[in-house]
Amino acid sequence: MSKGKVNVFVPSDTAARSLGSEDVALSIEKVALDLGKSVAIVRNGSRGLAWLEPLVEVEVDGKRHAYGPISKDDVEGLFAVGFLEGGKHPKGLGPTEQLSYLSNQSRLTFSRVGIIDPLSLNAYQKHGGYEGLRNALEMSCEEIVDVVTESGLRGRGGAAFPTGIKWHTVLRADGEQKYVTCNADEGDSGTFADRLIMESDPFVLIEGMTIAGLAVKATQGYIYLRTEYPLAIQVMNSAIQIAKSEGLLGDDVMGSGKTFNLEVREAAGAYICGEETSMLESLEGKRGIIRYRPPLPAIKGLFGSPTIVNNVITLATVPIILAKGAQHYKEYGSGRSRGTLTVQLAGNIKRGGLVEIGFGKTLRELLEDFGGGTATGRPIRAVQAGGPLGAYVHPSQFDAPLDYEAFAEFGAMIGHGGLVVFDDTVDMAEQARFAMEFCAVESCGKCTPCRIGAVRGVEVIDRILDGIDESGNLVLLSELCDTMIAGSLCALGGMAPFPVQSVIKHFPEDLRARK
Amino acid sequence: MNKQLSKNGQDSCIPLVREIAERHASRQGPLLPILHSVQDELGYIPNVAVPVIAEVLNLSRAEIHGVITFYHFFRDAPPGKQTLYLCRAEACQAMGARKLEEYAKEKLGVDFHETTSDGRFSLEPVYCLGNCACSPAVMIDDFVYGRVTPERFDSLIDED
Repeated sequence: MSKGKVNVFVPSDTAARSLGSEDVALSIEKVALDLGKSVAIVRNGSRGLAWLEPLVEVEVDGKRHAYGPISKDDVEGLFAVGFLEGGKHPKGLGPTEQLSYLSNQSRLTFSRVGIIDPLSLNAYQKHGGYEGLRNALEMSCEEIVDVVTESGLRGRGGAAFPTGIKWHTVLRADGEQKYVTCNADEGDSGTFADRLIMESDPFVLIEGMTIAGLAVKATQGYIYLRTEYPLAIQVMNSAIQIAKSEGLLGDDVMGSGKTFNLEVREAAGAYICGEETSMLESLEGKRGIIRYRPPLPAIKGLFGSPTIVNNVITLATVPIILAKGAQHYKEYGSGRSRGTLTVQLAGNIKRGGLVEIGFGKTLRELLEDFGGGTATGRPIRAVQAGGPLGAYVHPSQFDAPLDYEAFAEFGAMIGHGGLVVFDDTVDMAEQARFAMEFCAVESCGKCTPCRIGAVRGVEVIDRILDGIDESGNLVLLSELCDTMIAGSLCALGGMAPFPVQSVIKHFPEDLRARK
Repeated sequence: MNKQLSKNGQDSCIPLVREIAERHASRQGPLLPILHSVQDELGYIPNVAVPVIAEVLNLSRAEIHGVITFYHFFRDAPPGKQTLYLCRAEACQAMGARKLEEYAKEKLGVDFHETTSDGRFSLEPVYCLGNCACSPAVMIDDFVYGRVTPERFDSLIDED
């Protein structure tokens, strides 16, 4: 029997670190040394099974076995039961790929996430990386755009606009210089898919942006990345350096003679900069005040030039579409929502994490089969879908399929796929008030309904709760919501009332005078 | 760094600010990278930096001031030794962030945007750290912590 090193995987993304994976890695190293065991610790990204983090994996005969959640105090015990040979342990979970949470998913965009060392270009390529770009280099601009259009891919940032059509507009627009910008200002609470992919598989975003650049003849890309994600910034910057030095970015991408340069730009903590025109202002070095549309960014975007603005997940999905073809991607999904959705189970949920599945599963399947109900064990009272501007969904609506159109039918949205679960101890009036408060804090100030309306919204809700003309103020609150929705320029003021309206409609018993 | 630098002390940073501004000036949209770089170096963006950056970029002071004040992340006064970012967003609320917020303010004796009297911690609100399946989340400088109960909060701030 050869005495090779045993591969032990210890995740290094923000979630795993936040639960102690750094200490676990150190501890494994130390105990292995003490016992004279030969291990190679690989710092992979996270599989996205947040409730099992830190999830330690051991490779035995080419198969990975999972143990979790592991704290540094478990490490000696793991060695004692011979986990390097796949030994049984109370926290042993068996072969990782057989965990139902993973095996019931369709991981396309996230196919490598948690499997490879994020900064190993070799591992990336071994697992299918850069096949998409290689194919794209053989194609004309129009052909690349057509494949993306044909795949049915829609913007995963929330607006769900068909990606191929956006690219087509940029390709046809006149302009010496064009840009590809990636909106990585993932500010919606309950969402972490962008962070997870940037920290766990950064090359897929680089590859996707490079393909986008080739498709529309843009030579410069920017990733606008939130400052609240220091680790993602660090990983992306390192990956870009590696890609540059390996000729995958720069003036001669993969020896094709084509140019694509890429840079990370750090945001500065303004939620509104997740709105595309505001993001462009910020990239230009200005206050993140939104722009009137038209002109669309696709025609007049960054520095007045035609610009693609896409979310991280959208761009990170492009490589697999180019590698495996539009048809392969399109086979997943339902109705006009094609491909996969990355659902993020968050908040008060027993098994929180990332679930990538074809569109069409019901909310209930996600919350119960994957999520296992609340973390506190109490009944679910409400789920906020699609971030802070999304409606609170009532349990009577849990049989709705996850599909852009199906959600829109009952006034909710899938947005970026975040589901924030609340148990029955939640005070829905507080949640409605917070929606207005958040809008007031984050409003860019350009238009009155948002800037003033949000402040008034907080005041009106406070008056209702204080018992001051309760019925009159409830009417006023509804009218205020309508005004903000109809009169705001962008989604912040235009959608911040959605959670409030959903509370008025589904949880009216909470929105009344307190003693 | 817990005391406001004197005017002279502030002036001493001018050559550094100029060097940073000039280093980035030829980039497209250089202002945010400059402001980040200044804050990384000094911990904040002193008022005396504004005219220097304005001059290098050929912008008005008002424009620089406007950008600094628009973004929550930039500060014009020195922070405490460490900055503690407490997530206030919905996923964390669902797991007790409101109670944690009360607890943290009480424990540190400060409100948001304030620094403890011993200069150890500045407390800032944050709306999402992307750790929403491990709520509530807190970030101390660059490191995020998950499932922060009041007890865990105590152990975090007593760490060093």
